[in-house]
Amino acid sequence: MKSNSVSDYISVQSQDFDLKTEYQALTEHNQTDGAVVTFVGLVRDFNEGKSVTALHLEHYPAMAERSLQDIVAQARTRWSLGRIRVIHRFGTLSLSEQIVFVGVSAKHRGDAFGACEFIMDFLKTRAPFWKKEQSSEGLHWVDAKQSDANKADDWNQK
Amino acid sequence: MIRVLFFAQLRERLQTDSLDMTECANVAELRRKLSERGDIWQEVMQSERCLAAVNQVLCDNTQALKTGDEVAFFPPVTGG
Repeated sequence: MKSNSVSDYISVQSQDFDLKTEYQALTEHNQTDGAVVTFVGLVRDFNEGKSVTALHLEHYPAMAERSLQDIVAQARTRWSLGRIRVIHRFGTLSLSEQIVFVGVSAKHRGDAFGACEFIMDFLKTRAPFWKKEQSSEGLHWVDAKQSDANKADDWNQK
Repeated sequence: MIRVLFFAQLRERLQTDSLDMTECANVAELRRKLSERGDIWQEVMQSERCLAAVNQVLCDNTQALKTGDEVAFFPPVTGG
């Protein structure tokens, strides 16, 4: 756990996170921001035709945190933002467990919506995490999707 | 020495999570040297799906290397 500056919080952790606590951290003693956008990614039960029973998330510790910091810094250059909180878990997760959290506060909703989506799109294509699914057919690594790469590339056109 | 790390599918296929290499001029040379370790190594190191990061930053094969650098090889990421 590490906080980058007063208003950025980035954490790569095995333990779960609490949505209410994260929301409070974005809003408490923050009277300048009128918008909060949050995103939570969960383990789902079905992927590419296979019935998933659990997920193993491997990561590259030294780079994971650094890449998330870089992504948050890029978001700050594009939008006018208040507080940013990003949490990504690693280890073994069960169905419906929380994997990732992105929370952004801003004066206006447009900035908060844009930054939240941008951070997720870049996180999915730049941050060094790898999913291994446990399914009825055994263990298999998840393939990177071209659609995710395209979504991140689209931001470079905007 | 250059510290070399492997992650996810690459780590499993090579059955190696890390090793030390003598100095290499750049990432391309490091890939060539690692390819000499065997058929699987050659296949993995020359694959387009084998990305490289030097000192925790994604980079291409022309990236210069110096002693003390940490080079990681891994497949396209799938987090989030």
